Amino acid sequence: MHNNVNMALKTIKSCLNYQKPFIGSYKFSSTFASILNSPDIGEKAQLNMYQAIGSALDLTLENDPTAVVFGEDVGFGGVFRCSVGLQEKYGKDRVFNTPLCEQGIAGLGIGLAVAGATAIAEIQFADYMFPAFDQIVNEAAKYRYRSGNMFNCGGLTIRSPCGAVGHGALYHSQSPEAYYAHTPGLKIVIPSGATKAKGLLIACIKDKDPCIFLEPKILYRAAVEDVPVGNYTLPLGKADIITPGNDVTLIGWGTQVHVLSEVAKLAKEQLKVHCEVIDLVSILPWDQETICNSVKKTGRVLIAHEAPLTGGFGAEIASVIQEECFLHLEAPVQRVTGFDTPFPHVFEPFYLPNKWRCLEAVKFLINY
Amino acid sequence: MMFKVLQQSYFIKQFRYSLSAQFSSLIQKQTKATQEQTVLYPGASTRWTEKVQLFKVEDQPVIPTYRVLDLDGFILNSSQDPQLGKKTSVEMYKCMVMLNTMDKVMYDAQRQGRISFYMTNYGEEATHVGSAAALSPKDLIYGQYRESGVLLWRGYTLNQFMDQCYGNCDDQGLGRQMPVHHGSKALNFVTLSSPLTTQMPQAVGSAYAYKRAKNNCCVIVYFGEGAASEGDCHAAFNFAATLEVPVIFFCRNNGYAISTPVSEQYRGDGIAGRAAGYGIAALRVDGNDIFAVYNATQTARKYVLENFKPIIIEALTYRVGHHSTSDDSSAYRSIQEVQQWEEVNPIQRFRKYLEQNKWWDEEQQNKFVADAKKQVLKAFAEAEKKPKPEWQEMFYDTYYELPNHLMKQMQYMENHIKKYQDKYPLKDFKVAK
Repeated sequence: MHNNVNMALKTIKSCLNYQKPFIGSYKFSSTFASILNSPDIGEKAQLNMYQAIGSALDLTLENDPTAVVFGEDVGFGGVFRCSVGLQEKYGKDRVFNTPLCEQGIAGLGIGLAVAGATAIAEIQFADYMFPAFDQIVNEAAKYRYRSGNMFNCGGLTIRSPCGAVGHGALYHSQSPEAYYAHTPGLKIVIPSGATKAKGLLIACIKDKDPCIFLEPKILYRAAVEDVPVGNYTLPLGKADIITPGNDVTLIGWGTQVHVLSEVAKLAKEQLKVHCEVIDLVSILPWDQETICNSVKKTGRVLIAHEAPLTGGFGAEIASVIQEECFLHLEAPVQRVTGFDTPFPHVFEPFYLPNKWRCLEAVKFLINY
Repeated sequence: MMFKVLQQSYFIKQFRYSLSAQFSSLIQKQTKATQEQTVLYPGASTRWTEKVQLFKVEDQPVIPTYRVLDLDGFILNSSQDPQLGKKTSVEMYKCMVMLNTMDKVMYDAQRQGRISFYMTNYGEEATHVGSAAALSPKDLIYGQYRESGVLLWRGYTLNQFMDQCYGNCDDQGLGRQMPVHHGSKALNFVTLSSPLTTQMPQAVGSAYAYKRAKNNCCVIVYFGEGAASEGDCHAAFNFAATLEVPVIFFCRNNGYAISTPVSEQYRGDGIAGRAAGYGIAALRVDGNDIFAVYNATQTARKYVLENFKPIIIEALTYRVGHHSTSDDSSAYRSIQEVQQWEEVNPIQRFRKYLEQNKWWDEEQQNKFVADAKKQVLKAFAEAEKKPKPEWQEMFYDTYYELPNHLMKQMQYMENHIKKYQDKYPLKDFKVAK
């Protein structure tokens, strides 16, 4: 894989130029808020998402002597700086570079977990997870099931940067969550900001099932929030209501949550429409209850994701909504997504499901 | 002069392990190195040459094959006698015969449609028992699927073999996998899976964890020569070498991957010949010589644990049986070829050794074979009678806990089955409490 350090660092820098930084915390729903606003959550500090992820790794290495962090170039801090300073602090046997081979990284992680260690593997870009697809789908996901619970690799977490970044083209932009969502046995989580990234990553690492943790790379530096300094976890399998509303339900995850928040603002200003914005957070297993309750209330729903339309995770959500909320729907479920093409370089502004395409879908839902 | 060379090799080391090497000093040293015939590029420690020289396969040394016993069971060099004594030697022999007996019964059972699938171990019994006997019971084992003898040596019972093949309620795997996909937590034998070679980088990961845990145990991973063509084998060799882990890669090179002969599998010096390319030590043994396999594995175990480095053992053998019950090997190899190997099979060879020592005779042989067959048939009959697990086991262990969506799917199936009871083989399955 041709992804050298300079390229990656350049990528991060230009994220900032490409899109307005998402500075400041947004509100969390009752489930997430009750944890984050509890008195014992402790001190908070302004961190961006890569620093929050680094903090999660740091606390894990400190508290769990079996934990190891590994992947391509993680030793010097990672091409996105997520593991900065950790090798110096915990030693080369706990934070280390592997040879450049994704199937090896995934297999190594599974073996570590089978032997009882906590394995935190990094795949440099989600676009390069596919060489490890066999290890993830045929092995990691099926370990507990096929052995009758004699063996498992629940101690494995695979982190990987995903999503659009402004100029990542075909192989530095992909959102592969739907491929993995079709695999029973995996948990898939995508944070939309620094606070969630830390709490959810610690939850994935502690979880007893193999987890895939996809980090929207455009948020690494852009999403700055007041993040709790200490150890905390956020629930897996739970969606987060970002903005409550009664007219339309907007569902997204990762970077798209920020797009939808802005759509909700525009809809309120321009159309006097109150949107309920939901961050799905967990792709597998996903929070059907929160989604269906919202749709039953609003009767209208828009699902938006960067990944292509056909076979995207939006299809799964739309299908369940249709089954569970049939009598409550006032308009057809709308999906605004990437197109069914590879992710293009110069055409990225036309490819992404941006706020204008989403706002147009809201108008359609209201006027249907 | 000597001092200079030492200084330079020190410098090479420093350079190779430090990202902050000063380029100016590198160039200075490079100039000196040119005179000294030492190359300072970080990619390899090498010397200069002014000749265009191809390094051809045919010029490279071939790794020899280690043996202890000749075909008549005589020890060729007494210094290589593992001196296991009567008790252990006889136990090893019995284990091979038992495996062979079980294979015959199970193979026939599949032919009769009583189990869905089977894979025999004919001809490779010595690789299993010889290697397993040289390990500590605490060493972790990863296998491919043709290593039943390893499990048998460790104490996996005939009932456990049969229960797994029948997928009945006593199968520890709960009937979820095809026959022959054994596993045992108690015996440190990781449950087998069908995708070839996936176990190899996993074994490296476990060996890394063992090294960190300082538990003085190693990991051994078995695989065939066909599996060694998968990308995961490359990953495992390279990761094991660079991460310095105590793992024994044990390759059963039996000449065929289903119908594909080794000439269509690779063109190098077998699998052991690849070791040097990865910076790994290698050992090639006669896989039909149980003592050679035992000594090699014992040496390998000592080496990996003392050095925290991997090793590759390649055991040359011959797959006497069909690939599986779904394969008729006469479609791609001659019956004469197979017969020739049946005659020099590893069990016969070891029997000759035992008989020379007066540790075994015809009478004991007949008695043991009859007894083994009786035991196998008994376990077989018991396994056949047991019901399958509760059908709800289909849903459990997908995750550590049953998630909501799977709970719903299970409830849906429960309601469906109530309505369509006569359409499902419920009488063969245990009923949930």
